[in-house]
Amino acid sequence: MGQDSHEHGMDRRSFVAGVVAFLGSIIAAVIGLPAIGYLLSPGLRKSGSVLTDEWVPLGLVDELIVGEPKLISFSRTQRVGWETTAQSYGIYVLRKPGNTYDVFSNVCTHLSCRVSWKEELSEYICPCHDGHFGIDGSIISGPQPRPLDTFEYRVEEGTLMIKLAEV
Amino acid sequence: MTTRWITWLDERLGLSAIYNTVLDRKVPKVNWSFTLGSATLFLAVTQATTGIFLTAYYVPHPEQAYASINYIMNDVAFGWLIRGIHHWGATLMVITVFLHMLRTFFYGAYKYPREITWITGVFLLLLTLGSGFTGYLLPWNQRAYWATTVGTSITETIPFIGPFINEALRGGSELSTLTLVRFFSAHIWMIPAALFVLIGVHMYLVVRLGISHIPSEDE
Repeated sequence: MGQDSHEHGMDRRSFVAGVVAFLGSIIAAVIGLPAIGYLLSPGLRKSGSVLTDEWVPLGLVDELIVGEPKLISFSRTQRVGWETTAQSYGIYVLRKPGNTYDVFSNVCTHLSCRVSWKEELSEYICPCHDGHFGIDGSIISGPQPRPLDTFEYRVEEGTLMIKLAEV
Repeated sequence: MTTRWITWLDERLGLSAIYNTVLDRKVPKVNWSFTLGSATLFLAVTQATTGIFLTAYYVPHPEQAYASINYIMNDVAFGWLIRGIHHWGATLMVITVFLHMLRTFFYGAYKYPREITWITGVFLLLLTLGSGFTGYLLPWNQRAYWATTVGTSITETIPFIGPFINEALRGGSELSTLTLVRFFSAHIWMIPAALFVLIGVHMYLVVRLGISHIPSEDE
């Protein structure tokens, strides 16, 4: 018996070692592979947000002064994990002559800090990495890869509405 | 190719010496009951691994603990599996620890020179039970709440110092957020830290002294 197995090039010892390694790999895989999915899981699914291309009223256009960007904030709640959390949005609205509007997100296109309008410079400034944007959202200086993001808008009975895309 | 790498590493790390000492020990003729210690060690490592994963979602707060566990069970991919292994592994570990102790006892394997192995084993048993007790509260459901109410109340029956021990365990006179957080802390940090240090001592002694043979009738 022992002689036999030697002839086939495997002794009891290496057989046991092989079986242990094989079973060990299976056990490690049974815990390890699902664990990867387990950790990645919330990142891979929709946040359970209620937003589905919702039109959000920002305010009456008559209250906007031509040529002066105004920050309008609102928040939307969404279900994240087992909790309902509020997500706040900051929108810069600029009324231009001829009843046209620029509607910018205040999220910097560089690394998502929030930009703010500086009256004295006539620029949007991002404090994190000194990004400067013009009044039309264009890049003046700084590390940002693209101009400020804009929203689709419409005016309904004197109220400015923006379209909040599904996130 | 592989052998070259192994040789390269071994020259620098001396892994084969560790391997030979730890795994290629001489053992007397034994039976399957001698695998209970390894089974327990395996379960301890599994508990640590799955437990670490569970902390990625679990929140030790009365308002969120149960909801976070519900989330693990129903929404996270394989959450049911990770928690299931942790849940059943805990029960199984208590069983293997006990059987391991019984084997050691009935074979008289606790005698000279293995007394300290036995004593560390006693503490490992207590720490295992402590893990089970503190982990039981963490879901913060009715069963957990009342089991811990009863469990901590038992300490109150100790003469003189009982009430003090009870309040120290609970972090107050009643079960509260403080109880949940300190049980969580004990469950994931204090007990496992002590447990794995003692496992180290326990296993060092097993390697150092070897395991005893099955006693024969005339011993």
